[in-house]
Amino acid sequence: MNDFPRWKYALVVVVLLLGILYGVPNLFVQQPAVQVTANRGATVDQALKERVQGVLEKDKIAFQSVEINKDHLLVRLPVGASDDQNKALEAMKTDLGDQYVVAPNLASTVPSWMLAIGAREMPKGLDLQGGVHFLMEVDDKDVLDKQVQRYTDDIRGVLREKNIRYQSIGRGPNGVVVQLRSADDRDAARSAIQVKVPDVVVSDGASTGDSFTLNASVKPEKVREAALNTIRQNQATLSNRINALGVAEPLIQQQGESRIVVELPGVQDTAAAKRVLGAQATLEYHAVDQDANANDAMRSGNIPPDDKLYYRRELGPGGQKVPVLLKKKIIVSGDEMVDASSAPDPQSGTPAVSVQLNATGGRKMLDFTTQNVGKPMAVLYIERTPEVKVVDGKEVRSTKVTEEVISVANINGVFSNRFQTTGLGSNKEASELALLLRSGSLSAPIDIVEERVIGPSLGADNIKKGVFAVLIGLAAVLVFMAFYYWLFGLIADIALFFNLVLLLAIMSAIGVTLTMPGIAGIVLTLGMAIDANVLVCERIREELRHGSTPLAAIRAGYDKAWATILDANVTHLLAALALMTLGSGAIRGFGVTLFIGILTSMFTSVTVTHAITNLIHSGRKKLKGLSIGSGYSDRTAAA
Amino acid sequence: MELFNPNSNIDFLSWRKVSMVISAILVIGSLVLLGTRGLNYALDFTGGVLVEVTYKDAVQVDQVRSALEAGGFEHAQVQSLGGTRDVAIRLQPRADQKDAEQVGKTVMDALQKARSDATLKRHPDLVGSSVGAELRSDGIVAAVFVMIGIMIYIGIRFEKRFAIAAIASEIHDTILTVGFFSLTQMEFDLTVLAALLAVIGYSINDKVVVFDRVRELFRLTRKAEPYTILNNAVNQTLSRTIMTSLTTALTMFALYFVGGPAVHGFGLTMLVGIVIGTLSSIFFANPILYWLGVSKTDLMQVTKENPELARRP
Repeated sequence: MNDFPRWKYALVVVVLLLGILYGVPNLFVQQPAVQVTANRGATVDQALKERVQGVLEKDKIAFQSVEINKDHLLVRLPVGASDDQNKALEAMKTDLGDQYVVAPNLASTVPSWMLAIGAREMPKGLDLQGGVHFLMEVDDKDVLDKQVQRYTDDIRGVLREKNIRYQSIGRGPNGVVVQLRSADDRDAARSAIQVKVPDVVVSDGASTGDSFTLNASVKPEKVREAALNTIRQNQATLSNRINALGVAEPLIQQQGESRIVVELPGVQDTAAAKRVLGAQATLEYHAVDQDANANDAMRSGNIPPDDKLYYRRELGPGGQKVPVLLKKKIIVSGDEMVDASSAPDPQSGTPAVSVQLNATGGRKMLDFTTQNVGKPMAVLYIERTPEVKVVDGKEVRSTKVTEEVISVANINGVFSNRFQTTGLGSNKEASELALLLRSGSLSAPIDIVEERVIGPSLGADNIKKGVFAVLIGLAAVLVFMAFYYWLFGLIADIALFFNLVLLLAIMSAIGVTLTMPGIAGIVLTLGMAIDANVLVCERIREELRHGSTPLAAIRAGYDKAWATILDANVTHLLAALALMTLGSGAIRGFGVTLFIGILTSMFTSVTVTHAITNLIHSGRKKLKGLSIGSGYSDRTAAA
Repeated sequence: MELFNPNSNIDFLSWRKVSMVISAILVIGSLVLLGTRGLNYALDFTGGVLVEVTYKDAVQVDQVRSALEAGGFEHAQVQSLGGTRDVAIRLQPRADQKDAEQVGKTVMDALQKARSDATLKRHPDLVGSSVGAELRSDGIVAAVFVMIGIMIYIGIRFEKRFAIAAIASEIHDTILTVGFFSLTQMEFDLTVLAALLAVIGYSINDKVVVFDRVRELFRLTRKAEPYTILNNAVNQTLSRTIMTSLTTALTMFALYFVGGPAVHGFGLTMLVGIVIGTLSSIFFANPILYWLGVSKTDLMQVTKENPELARRP
């Protein structure tokens, strides 16, 4: 008699094989590698590959291979050659210069056919590989301040336009406060503002004799939108800057509404990282000098006295720098900009960036454009990064200034505070330009609110200890079960082992980052997963004691234990789900592991053990007892 | 071999008054401790800067504290990192200091004035106070959600009295485990919080197994005396209760002893939680169920409504 359907056997075999396939990549040791990514304009190609090979051969650094991947070049070094990694890194940095970012990395040695089917090793968290962790927070107050400033300008413009006289206009607790001279003026102002500035809520304030107050508060959703924009834009600028740091796999992620997590694996020098993250950007609009040739000026060094030579952010077709001669006089600077966003040009539908200036900026722009229609105007992006160098044992602080021309466009007509830049190649280019414009003008300061450094040796130590704890925990449970439940204990042991394999396989396949709390979750899962087997075994023992035949006892044992197992696991799943969705960071990692572990354990402890048990016992009609602990192997004799 | 006599018939419920009084005393004691001594929150929750210092020769915590006071850090918390030479200092940076390195440097200046053999062990960690406060409230929200979710599930699958008993024991277990941390003043960090939430999961697992047996016995026995049934349910599941707590405890011992400092607190919390959770299934949840007056008729209705759910293979 065998009441276990054949398809279930097949399912067990298939799942276990898949589990092994997707779990095995974690056994491959990673090898040291150096990763080369192209900076703007430069390309990763065959020529670069040959150049890198040449450098390595010249310095006699043994390497395993040089591969061109999607967007980077990967130099693999023999396993354990971490000294060579540093040597290769230095040699390549010196040779490749600014055009490429060279970063140390650990490369996977998982065969490519495995990677192709999505079988890969689990990424490791910062606590397991060492590095720097920053949590950065956008200053909400500053975001609101900027918004209020912007609407103050708008409202002042509206009042002036409508010829409504006001006593004063300024900042109130929640927005803009306007003092007017009469109730009529106030009514007129209110309706004018409601029409022209829809982003504020207008309400009457206190009025005394000859002073009538009007409060305009910024709509909460507008403030939230501005904060979100700030986050997004900071995230993007941070990515750009971190690229320059040479970190192979940085993590830059939004957390909550106003925070950004930055994790830089392998980095230990927080000071350098902080300087790069804290760089400040500004913008300047300049006129382009059309009377002189920029290329000639670059070659001869002969620059007109009113001009300065700059370079385009993008490199030219041959990878060389593109010079631009700009007039020194600044037309408008970044702090006069209110907003920049990318949206298709309403008339032509081509990609465009619309820019909004404040009142002063608008006036300056109006003056300039009136006289210069048809001439080109350029935007200069300036980034200041503080630097610290040690000279003669003393710290010398200086600032590294990077200046790049991010846009050159012709002035098509006279405009003041609102205009559009068109003629951009693609929507991507437009959104990149808008992003740069915003980061050079609006970026609210972000503060580092959390900073942690995990040393690389501590990370390695954590892994070693964590793996050891998993193995010891597993071994203890295996021995204990076999000792107490004999054959059924051994069957449960096989299932427990596969539970670990399946858990690792699923975590790897969906790309869960392994952290120390995650390892704690794995260990806990091992201890609790066996519960289902204990429930089944105890039930079978009970049935045997009540005089059931061995096979009936097995069937009844699994049958009756199932309801309990289901209830116990569902409640446990609920707990894991809450940990997973509500917790942050460490708690989430733990919750995810626990959640997956409960699911896999339900399968292995019930279905897998049932399959093995039936396979062993079916067809043996003359069973006298079961090997489920002493006193049960021969009930008839004992009875 | 049996860990417990399979035919054991211990009258656990007869101790209900004693056990409930003990539980009440422990809960009140824990709450008083929490109110007076509070928890020794780690940097994760308090925010501030953590500076780890190594001395070449043995040093006393008081010595470090007075050196810090002399340097103007009055509310710094100093803890030994095991051994006599390593100490961890946790302090709130002054308003003008936002940089971990800067704080580390001023702390080291103060310490080196008193003892020149003090060196910085590693880069100081910094956590903003708002981040810490948020973590704490996130943890409480998570715990509340876990409990509400469990209550709803048990309310549907069993009956409302079971749900009440389960939640009462969850709260009981959580308070006692937190009370343990208040009593010992061991550091309460993020992994301990994770473990605390896992204790809720473990403990409910244990209760559900007993409840399940209670339900089954009520349905099977024709003349169902609640007192006998509740006692029998505990007795019949006793062996499994002991086995599972042993296996879980085994793995947690492994984590506690060899897992390293990062999961030390986790292992300990779970071990404490396993003991509390296991005992509360027997001595707390069951008496509550008895006093709430759970009876055969309550459970039969559920079967009528949904006979399929009761016993599904």
